[in-house]
Amino acid sequence: MKRRENVFYNEKAQRLAEEMILAEKRHIAERRSEAEGCDCKEGMFPRGNTTNRRRFIFAAGSLAGAFASAAYAQDKKAPPGAVHFDVPADPTKEQGRAVAADGGYGSRSQFETEVRWRFPTANEYTSWSMTPLDKMLGNLTPSGLHFERHHGGIPTIDPSKHTLIVHGMVGTAKKYTMADLKRFPSVTRKYFIECSGNGLTEWNKPTLKTVQGTHGLLSTSEWTGVQFSTIAREVGLKDGSAWVLAEGADAAVMTRSIPMEKMLKDALIVYGQNGEAIRPEQGYPLRLVLPGYEGNTHIKWLRRLEVSDKPFMTREETSKYTDLLASGKARQFSFDMEAKSVITFPSGEMKLPGAGFYNIQGFAWSGRGRVQSVDVSVDGGKNWYPARLESTPEPICTVRFSYPWMWDGKAAILQSRCTDETGYVQPTLKQLVAIRGSNGPYGSIYHLNAIQSWAVSETGDVSNVHA
Amino acid sequence: MFTHKTFSAIAGLLLATSLSATYGQEPARYGFGTPVTQEELTKYFSIPADGRGLPAGSGKAADGAKIYADSCAVCHGEKLEGNPAKGIGGDKLIGGRGSLATKTPVKTVESYWPYSTTLFDYVKRAMPFNAPGSLSDNDVYAVVAYILSEAKIIKPTDVMDAKTLPKVAMPNRDGFVPDPRPELDLYH
Ligand code: HEC
Repeated sequence: MKRRENVFYNEKAQRLAEEMILAEKRHIAERRSEAEGCDCKEGMFPRGNTTNRRRFIFAAGSLAGAFASAAYAQDKKAPPGAVHFDVPADPTKEQGRAVAADGGYGSRSQFETEVRWRFPTANEYTSWSMTPLDKMLGNLTPSGLHFERHHGGIPTIDPSKHTLIVHGMVGTAKKYTMADLKRFPSVTRKYFIECSGNGLTEWNKPTLKTVQGTHGLLSTSEWTGVQFSTIAREVGLKDGSAWVLAEGADAAVMTRSIPMEKMLKDALIVYGQNGEAIRPEQGYPLRLVLPGYEGNTHIKWLRRLEVSDKPFMTREETSKYTDLLASGKARQFSFDMEAKSVITFPSGEMKLPGAGFYNIQGFAWSGRGRVQSVDVSVDGGKNWYPARLESTPEPICTVRFSYPWMWDGKAAILQSRCTDETGYVQPTLKQLVAIRGSNGPYGSIYHLNAIQSWAVSETGDVSNVHA
Repeated sequence: MFTHKTFSAIAGLLLATSLSATYGQEPARYGFGTPVTQEELTKYFSIPADGRGLPAGSGKAADGAKIYADSCAVCHGEKLEGNPAKGIGGDKLIGGRGSLATKTPVKTVESYWPYSTTLFDYVKRAMPFNAPGSLSDNDVYAVVAYILSEAKIIKPTDVMDAKTLPKVAMPNRDGFVPDPRPELDLYH
């Protein structure tokens, strides 16, 4: 075991910590070079206004995982998800591109370079990638930037061959094709999904530098699909049915047991995300959505639901996704994602060019209902002021908040604190550690919903701190 | 909330009052989908702690040692110590007993897993990582017996099958507690 300040790491954890710091560094370097040759203020992660060829070559070499799309390999000039076009000297003096010349499906601008980056687990087939929260321009996450967590890679599934089997303690076991499922009445709802491992590096010391690293396992989409209750009525539930096993059709054949109460309350079997079919990384053609539950339970590539009287004690609800306490006991079936918030501007690795006005911005969310209010502190939690919510909070959905801040140029510590409609107040890290303990390199790993602190130095540099 | 069901209920009321039979009819059952036969279900499994659904077959550590060496060791180490190398990242499978309440907990099948049935279920479904679902049931029983035997949870001569496996007493069987949240201290 190596010792790092007051944090213990075993060899695997040590290696992982070092690897992820490096991966994030490469990503930051890439963003910095993006800012070069841009006349925006230094370091505020401005959106570049020139396409920088060197940058993309560098990125392709250093972030192979995140950038390894075939399209990108063919055209080194455009970032992932974009197509390169020459920029005319004056777009008013020559014809633009023909209507529908893109084949009928649009892509993002070649000047937009935001990407998810992969957490450098040793094995890239069981890994995760993070949403660049600081670059979001609204509440919904673009489908292509929705965070990912896969345990056996992303399967390719032909929807015409995909079925959902519902069996176990039911009246009639049934098999549904995608076409069958789309015939049922559907609902469309906005929900966030957050991995319960979001922020796992941050339990014992501030480790990752950017908000993408510390909070990027959070995304919000509009989901469309069938309520489980609709299907339950179809197949009938036998007396004593209390749990439902959900199983995916990926190489991990991912399984989780879900309480029947939750399934009947608001579980959705979704095929739509943000107005189109869900993305392959999000479970195409079918996934479970369990509003407010930890991300791992929202089984992707959903192929089977088995109704049971007891949970199945799968690997993902015993070996993983259980929260080790100081006593050596671990919490099991800790599903709820509790109220949380984070400031995304300014956030780690940004630089404020000087004293003056800044519109502090961030996200707040709760797996138990609506966000009731968000408070912001600029002095490390001594004084709190109400933030402005930028839209009407919806249940189990992120909401953007902002706070007008006149920075006097002195060192400051920025924090945000969410209160949800149940009256639960986002805790400090100290409060959480007092309850959970901090055994091991990553404490209890899961369900870190503590208040995040960003320090602003007199030079305007923003960094991740524990305060 | 104005859900489809409340909508139907209101629609039903409207129906009753207006006697219009063309709007808002919902059948008691939609009847979509096709019934599933028992035979179709045989390829699926998920095994709870009581061993329900464990297949026929059996295996013991001596046979498992060979399967482990051929199909697992490259990623989980010759001595089940794990392999954190790039591109591999196989977990450590044994050791760590008594470490959970210390500053350096080591979570393995031996020290952390509460149920032996989970090991069978997981290896059968997801391992070997690069060829999931490729082992026969006998091979899964054997490699499970090998891991449990190396972890000194069963004897090297113990035979694992649908009867014996669920009875294996895992060291951390009582190591889990239900989620006590929400914690009232964290409310207004
Ligand atoms: C190609 C590498 C590879 C091979 C071969 C392999 N594994 Fe794994 N194994 C992994 C990886 C990677 C994980 C972690 C998967 C995850 O977390 O999503 C894992 C996880 C496991 C776990 C769960 C460990 C825990 O603590 O949760 C067990 C048990 C396991 N493997 C057993 C086996 C057995 C038995 C074999 C041989 C039949 C095998 N593995 C072959 C890579 C491999």
